[in-house]
Amino acid sequence: MSAREEVLQRIRAALGQPGTGTTAAGRVGTAPAAVEVPREYRTAGDDAPGSEAVVEQLVDRLEDYMAHVRQVSPDELPAAIAALVAELPGAETDRSAPTALVAPSGLEAGWLAALTDDVVVHRDTPEAPLTAGDLDALDAVVTAARVACSETGTIVLDGEPDQGRRAVSLVPDVHLCVVRTDQVVQTVPEMVRRLSAHPERPQTWISGPSATSDIELDRVEGVHGPRTLHVLLVSPR
Amino acid sequence: MSTFLGIPGIRRRSDGATGGDAPDEPFGPVPHPDEPLRWGDAFPAAAKQTLRDDQLRANLGHATRTIRGKRAAVVGEVPDWEALRDAGSAVKEQVMADLPDLLARLEENVTARGGVVHWARDAAEANRIVTEIARAKQADEVVKVKSMATQEIGLNEHLADEGIAAIETDLAELIVQLADDMPSHILVPAIHRNRSEIRDIFRRRMGDAPEDLSDVPRELAMAARAHLRRKFLSAKVAVSGANFGVADTGTLAVVESEGNGRMCLTMPETLVTVMGIEKLVPTYDDLEVFLQLLPRSSTGERMNPYTSLWTGVTPGDGPQEFHLVLLDNGRTDVLADEVGRSALHCIRCSACLNVCPVYERVGGHAYGSVYPGPIGAILTPQLTASSGGLSGSDDVNSSLPYASTLCGACYDVCPVKIDIPSILVDLRAREVDADRSRSAVDPWRAAMKAASWVMSDGGRFGVAGRAATLGHALGGSDGVVSHAPPPASAWTRSRDLPAPPKQTFRQWMAEHEKDGGER
Ligand code: SF4
Repeated sequence: MSAREEVLQRIRAALGQPGTGTTAAGRVGTAPAAVEVPREYRTAGDDAPGSEAVVEQLVDRLEDYMAHVRQVSPDELPAAIAALVAELPGAETDRSAPTALVAPSGLEAGWLAALTDDVVVHRDTPEAPLTAGDLDALDAVVTAARVACSETGTIVLDGEPDQGRRAVSLVPDVHLCVVRTDQVVQTVPEMVRRLSAHPERPQTWISGPSATSDIELDRVEGVHGPRTLHVLLVSPR
Repeated sequence: MSTFLGIPGIRRRSDGATGGDAPDEPFGPVPHPDEPLRWGDAFPAAAKQTLRDDQLRANLGHATRTIRGKRAAVVGEVPDWEALRDAGSAVKEQVMADLPDLLARLEENVTARGGVVHWARDAAEANRIVTEIARAKQADEVVKVKSMATQEIGLNEHLADEGIAAIETDLAELIVQLADDMPSHILVPAIHRNRSEIRDIFRRRMGDAPEDLSDVPRELAMAARAHLRRKFLSAKVAVSGANFGVADTGTLAVVESEGNGRMCLTMPETLVTVMGIEKLVPTYDDLEVFLQLLPRSSTGERMNPYTSLWTGVTPGDGPQEFHLVLLDNGRTDVLADEVGRSALHCIRCSACLNVCPVYERVGGHAYGSVYPGPIGAILTPQLTASSGGLSGSDDVNSSLPYASTLCGACYDVCPVKIDIPSILVDLRAREVDADRSRSAVDPWRAAMKAASWVMSDGGRFGVAGRAATLGHALGGSDGVVSHAPPPASAWTRSRDLPAPPKQTFRQWMAEHEKDGGER
């Protein structure tokens, strides 16, 4: 018997399905009762997606995780990005070299329009992806997002062209993430149900910068993923 | 060994070396066992040992207190927490009932998206599968995301025997690996270590730790970042576990904090995920329940920093070769037990460890299994049933169901409502039966044999009293319960239940401390 057949046969024996042999310990179980899943939990929040209340809650949660949040209008966005880029710490980079960013191929060009001339922007495309070494040498990444959840302070990237493949938003030490306020929902079920239209897309749920509590439960922000997360919340006028 | 090379993951199985003070000996008190689900002395003897370690108790007390407080705060702010628990519990029950169909669906969907699905009857088979994949990729090093399933099968030791170094990348796992120690908690495996011990481990074992490394947690974390960065960017093969696998879509989920998970799941060309067959959820939308329950219960956060979800292979994004190993390794024996099967609902949050008065005092190593604490006490004996884990006095694992006060705190915090106290009581009765069938052993003595100190009366720990319904109050003058109200009545009909002894854990502790003082 193949391992597959044997494991499935053991499961059937454990569930008391007739004529299926026994488990490894020689057991035959009983059939479980039918189950009805109660779903009394909230599937939507009190506040509407994109409302002032959910945006305020998202800001509060993100700041609690030590993410940096700025609220801007669409017109202010390019200047806000340029200002953050100008302030990049670069503790680990050679300051004589120009500041270098990566942006996924589908990121709106206008968002980067206010960058100063000395900033180099690499576009990561499916045809010419940057190597891990390339990405490691860059100062920051700018991406869009798919959806955000205010109660948990979570932003989800799903790998579409404005967010890029996963390595792009992982290796650089600073992540500038642009979230539109109409993408912000209050609860986890609302977020999951927006994502379930495309469950096959590789998703990264991000709730603040990377962190560890492994040493005496003392939280340290910034381990292997980007150590700094800037969230730019864009409200339509 | 005269020189420690500072390379984690190359250690082979211990040949019984003791932990010690010699510079090149392991830091840890625990040499790596051959059986990750059965090592060391039976619980009572092991607990007696670990209780002598004041540093351990201080470290643990601090850590569990901190995490209990955080959990309570973030659970308290969720108005529908109980409804989420009800849903989570029922979904898991449904998964167990439909397991053959759901596994077939998962396999079909992962395969359709370019993944390769393997099945493993036991640890040896799973280890062989992972080794063959690493070999085929000519990898002599693999990076690993913290995973209980791979600890359970002793994958790192197996790979080391085959000449492949498995690098643990979770900070706590790295600490444990560098110290040549065993994990003592399922979420915070180095919970038994404080900052200065960790600094010493890094200085002596990491190889590239800065000379002047201090014991400030941030500095220690940055040393680990620098140490692992090159490995992440160059590794060819990664090995992970999975928190959830979605049958309907073939999507897998890993929940983590540090970004080491994202690194492993994204950067290498090849990814191998080892997942217990019970880790399924039927639909993608079911994640809306579990991704609320898990982070708040485990790290006490509203959401963990990173959750990765992937479905087979995505062209141009992440590993272009994906293998999923579906692991039985005793799970079907657990499933065959009408009462005990709900132990398979566990989502490994570790909340039950953090509230357990026994765990807090004895630490994880005393349980002699990669699964410590209340969940370990019900899961380990059942997982090892086919090799005697449940069958009475001659197996160390059969004392594990006694490692509890039956105070019920574990049930109260369990996000999927596993009734751990009832399963403990049922397993105790089972173990007594097994001994009785040997006929030479008196059941009362058998029950208490390893556990002269078994504690009762949860009220003394300030936790209101399931103990009253489950044990102490039921005992007659001979210390044996012959007629108990439901649910215990179901089995007292056929056998006598040994009542918990009058001695409480506190009293036992007090006596022990007296012993310790005389030493
Ligand atoms: S038994 Fe429940 S509380 Fe304990 S680790 Fe599992 S899910 Fe968490």
